[in-house]
Amino acid sequence: MIYAGIDIGSITAKAALIKNNRLLGTHVIMTGYDPINAGIKVFDALLKQSRISKTQISAIISTGYGRASVSFADKALTEIICHGTGAHFMNPEIRGIIDVGGQDSKAIFLDQNGQVENFAMNDKCAAGTGRFLEVMAKALEVDLELLGDFSLAADKPSKISSICTVFAESEVISMIAKQERRENIIAGIHESAAARVAILANKIKIKKPVMMTGGVAKNKGMVNSLENRLGFKLIVGDLAQENGAIGAAVLASKL
Amino acid sequence: MSDKLSEKRKIKSAKKMRDIMTTYYLDAMTAGQNNKQIAWITSGGPVEPLVAMDIIPIYPENHGAMIGASKMGEDLCIKAEDMGYSSDLCSYARADISCSVVKGGPIGGLPEPDMLICCNNICGTVLKWYEVQARFYNVPLFILDTPICHTRYSPEIAKYVQAQIDEYIAFLEKVTKRKFNYEKMAEVGRLAFEAQLLWQKVLNTTAHKPSPMSAFDAFFFLALIVTLRGTKIAVDFYKELLGEMEQRIKDGISMVPNEKYRLLWDNLPVWYQLKWLSQKFSDHNACLVADTYTSAWCGAIQYTNKDNFIGSIAEAYTRIYLNIGVDQMAGQVLDMIKFYNADGLVMHSNRSCKPYSFGQMDIMKIVREKTNLPVLMIEADMVDPRNFSQSQVETRIDAFMEIIKQKND
Repeated sequence: MIYAGIDIGSITAKAALIKNNRLLGTHVIMTGYDPINAGIKVFDALLKQSRISKTQISAIISTGYGRASVSFADKALTEIICHGTGAHFMNPEIRGIIDVGGQDSKAIFLDQNGQVENFAMNDKCAAGTGRFLEVMAKALEVDLELLGDFSLAADKPSKISSICTVFAESEVISMIAKQERRENIIAGIHESAAARVAILANKIKIKKPVMMTGGVAKNKGMVNSLENRLGFKLIVGDLAQENGAIGAAVLASKL
Repeated sequence: MSDKLSEKRKIKSAKKMRDIMTTYYLDAMTAGQNNKQIAWITSGGPVEPLVAMDIIPIYPENHGAMIGASKMGEDLCIKAEDMGYSSDLCSYARADISCSVVKGGPIGGLPEPDMLICCNNICGTVLKWYEVQARFYNVPLFILDTPICHTRYSPEIAKYVQAQIDEYIAFLEKVTKRKFNYEKMAEVGRLAFEAQLLWQKVLNTTAHKPSPMSAFDAFFFLALIVTLRGTKIAVDFYKELLGEMEQRIKDGISMVPNEKYRLLWDNLPVWYQLKWLSQKFSDHNACLVADTYTSAWCGAIQYTNKDNFIGSIAEAYTRIYLNIGVDQMAGQVLDMIKFYNADGLVMHSNRSCKPYSFGQMDIMKIVREKTNLPVLMIEADMVDPRNFSQSQVETRIDAFMEIIKQKND
């Protein structure tokens, strides 16, 4: 029996397949302006890549902000439950998750069985999310993927005091005008975003070991800043971004 | 078939209440023609002396709720901001202040006041809000200052508030140029007491499983206990509503079709999203069976003396839910969770209502520690929809319900 999970995020769409409780494969594409199409496309691409036909799939669960737009899914569940299940599937020891995605960031508390006990999400504000980093990367003319490398080369991180994305952007622009080192500005941006996310983790009194998931987990600078802020190491897997889709596939196998 | 069922679920008394409210506002609109005076009063203020003096009480906060429910809040809030008020100011205050100027809103603005009665037992914002209106309408303003009872109602507080109640009566005598009628006051007091008892009984019916109504209905039926407390109209209406609820219990009619989970709501409603929120919870087979908001209008009944109403007014109006310490508030929330057998708590962190939202993180912590129940915090505003993000709230509610289902199933 093969099960699928599809996670339509605000920036990327992810899909995962599991068979006999083992991961078969994952796929990631950009969501773009059409979440309905993104769901179909990412699913088709993953089937093709895994050489599996649609008829072999027993059940599908969709998740993420576009979860309702995946009409061929058997059920839609929130990314909170899916990230919890995904993290527990990848590593049953995990008790806490910090998920930073494009549109929001969250901290999740798991009980010993991998069930969500409590969670906290960012308020109606983009600070501390992937979108915040994207806006900053653009202002600094750096590829989003390279933000992490840049910040690791900082010698004196700049201080970004604004918590609002819009105000922080103008703060960054004035730093550029003052010719502060780009590496330092980027490190400062990560520290500012990490401070916001750490509040969520502290709010629910997160328990170790903590896994970081979501697209932003690929950013080494951000992981670094978060670890410094929290005072402990985070577990970051190779499939951090696909974790929600993996969790959705696991939950589909339990339908 | 399903149409018939949903028709059966409708609460019949709703029409009657709408009619009563329409008559109430029409009477107020034509008060001048009938030589009657109008007092604007804060939602937590002692209204009974006004009723005893035959003064029509008008509630800008009830009007604010109407503005929110008719989705006219954004426009009126923006108008207030155009006038120079901060977007951080309470949206009831913003909507009311701008409505006075532009005569907008669902009923074309409130009838003009002859006096203003401001009691700060619900918040501090009302002081400045009522001062603004006193200048705008050029009418006398009476301020009743009720110190917060963090731990107890001390003799000093009792003396301080009682002195103001005496001043309140003197103020009314001066403005109306009539003597205060203590006999009528006693009668009004008895009616107010009876209406509060009945309102509490109506709210108590939701302890039954499945619940005959939800907090969304309570938000609606609340209007009379606020605006017509102290009249026979309110007593008669709540008797009828109570009868209907008891009949629904007998007939097994529930408000949520397949009620499986029972939740408690904290803070004011999100007036412009009532329908969406009620559908959202109903889709999860969850019923908001009770709330801390509507019960505030009968919560201080233990301090009210029905045979000496005017003598107990000071204490009853000082010890209301929003004017006590956070530990006591949490205690009330815990009592409600037990009484209504709730599976979780939904808290509305209301950008407008600072005193209501301020202690919520502590209450949340206390509830989690004492009951281990899931608690959800939704960020929104009671009237200004610019502080509400539907997709974010939706994800939070869905995730919260997934956790409750995991725990219970």
